[in-house]
Amino acid sequence: MKLSVFMGAVSQGLLWSILAIGVYITYKILDYADLTTEGSYPLGAAVAARFILGGMDPFFATILSMLTGMLAGLVTGILNTKLKIPSLLSGILSMTGLYSINLRVMGKANLPLLRQDTIITRVTSLGFETDTAVIIVGVVSVLAVILILWWFFGTEKGFAIRATGDNSNMIRALGVNTNSMVILGLVISNGLIALSGGIMAQYNGYADVGMGTGTIVIGLASVIIGEVLFGNTSILRSLFAVVLGSILYRIIIAFVLSKGLVPNDLKLLSSILLAVCLSLPLVKEKLSNFVDSIHKNKSREGEASA
Amino acid sequence: MLNVENIKKVFGKGTPNEKVALENVTFKMNEGDFITIIGGNGAGKSTTLNAIAGVFMIDEGKIEIDGTDITKLPEYKRSKYIGRVFQDPRMGTATNMTIEENLAMALRRGQHRGLKRGITNAEKSKFREYLEMLDLGLENRMTTKTGLLSGGQRQAITLLMATMTKPRLLLLDEHTAALDPKTAQKVLELTEKIIRDDKLTALMVTHNMRDALKLGNRLIMMNTGKVAVDVQAGEKEGLHVADLLKLFEKASGGRGISDRMLLS
Repeated sequence: MKLSVFMGAVSQGLLWSILAIGVYITYKILDYADLTTEGSYPLGAAVAARFILGGMDPFFATILSMLTGMLAGLVTGILNTKLKIPSLLSGILSMTGLYSINLRVMGKANLPLLRQDTIITRVTSLGFETDTAVIIVGVVSVLAVILILWWFFGTEKGFAIRATGDNSNMIRALGVNTNSMVILGLVISNGLIALSGGIMAQYNGYADVGMGTGTIVIGLASVIIGEVLFGNTSILRSLFAVVLGSILYRIIIAFVLSKGLVPNDLKLLSSILLAVCLSLPLVKEKLSNFVDSIHKNKSREGEASA
Repeated sequence: MLNVENIKKVFGKGTPNEKVALENVTFKMNEGDFITIIGGNGAGKSTTLNAIAGVFMIDEGKIEIDGTDITKLPEYKRSKYIGRVFQDPRMGTATNMTIEENLAMALRRGQHRGLKRGITNAEKSKFREYLEMLDLGLENRMTTKTGLLSGGQRQAITLLMATMTKPRLLLLDEHTAALDPKTAQKVLELTEKIIRDDKLTALMVTHNMRDALKLGNRLIMMNTGKVAVDVQAGEKEGLHVADLLKLFEKASGGRGISDRMLLS
């Protein structure tokens, strides 16, 4: 793999890691498999692209993309907690509805951002190369997100959200409205996911209505890879693990592409990769049971011969 | 201070599985009362506690605490008055959070939770003292996730969490039933000590007749969703298992004593 390809993978991984952190909040902290992701990611991209083309400052357009994602999370949260629609279905409803909304925002299926002022061109105008500028944007935004979340999950409200995903009966008995916590978690998560989409549109140079397909699998794969390889002993460690997981995922993808994999097969590969990661704990357990039984048999044979 | 008046609850109304879980349950508690509730499976003991805690809304009747009607109040709002310990040790703590984080959340029971720190250093040293009182060596494991603790250790922590802020009412739902006999004994002694020292008003559901007789100043026996026997303060002293069985037989027409109650 060439160095430029490798660095491209790292910067992509950084930008995707904001989405992965969003997925981490719902999947790991809230224990909620949220499919809104597949709609809020392109929503962020669509909003950022549309408003940048309309002449808005790219920073504000990016912030606006995050806010619209939060709104999408709010809708999913209300569907689930107030209208009692199962979590998976609530996400699917939002995701499907967002497809039309995204088309409305963009006006067409693909919105190019050619020669537009973006947050990346803002950094290159300071005298950086484009590749470096992308890394700078990635590192700064990821660090900001991690620091804010680390602070937030250490507050009383942050504790309450964590406990809601962990043991909702217990924290309700301690006086927390768990419905509000689920909604708040979904709002934060989808805000980050849309932010990731908004930045990604500026990196790719376009927003596309189909760019959300498969994002939940990519996000989950990053979360699981990160957790398995880098641990989850504390919130801060988990957040960094997710970022590393996301970067590693992109490196794996870049590697298989450089070995001649057809890009059309990527989504299948992503699914297989995630399935393997998700089944790791079970495989590990079976394997250790198997090893134990061999040891037991051996010691029994030893006793018999003695 | 607690007034439970004619409460009724039917589960699965209008379905073939319809079950009258509570029927005209009525009793009053005075400040400092410690009532043990006993009865067979399906007698309505836990359902009564859950009705008071607000886990579900009752169909008829009224529940008051300190003269305030809480019948329609959602569960999370009642927590201002009520501390609870559940039967299943896994139910009482957030297992992926540390001991000190769990205690910090319990310290804020019924309060608004904002953007202040979830736990402060002053609280940590206070928790250390509380944990030392439990005498389980947990004061040195404050940053351990509670999921790694044994059932007895978790119940002791849940008990501490439920009583730390001195609730108006403490609800104990067979909180020693899932523990081995020795640990159960220890947790029970701890329960008694905390209730006595803090002069708490408490309701304890148990399957064990001896525990029901030994602990508390009052006893309620339930059968098929109704209060069968209500032993008032002063009458409980000197009561034996045999007397209890006789009282129960009289109230229920000679049926309904489960083997588990007799054996224990």
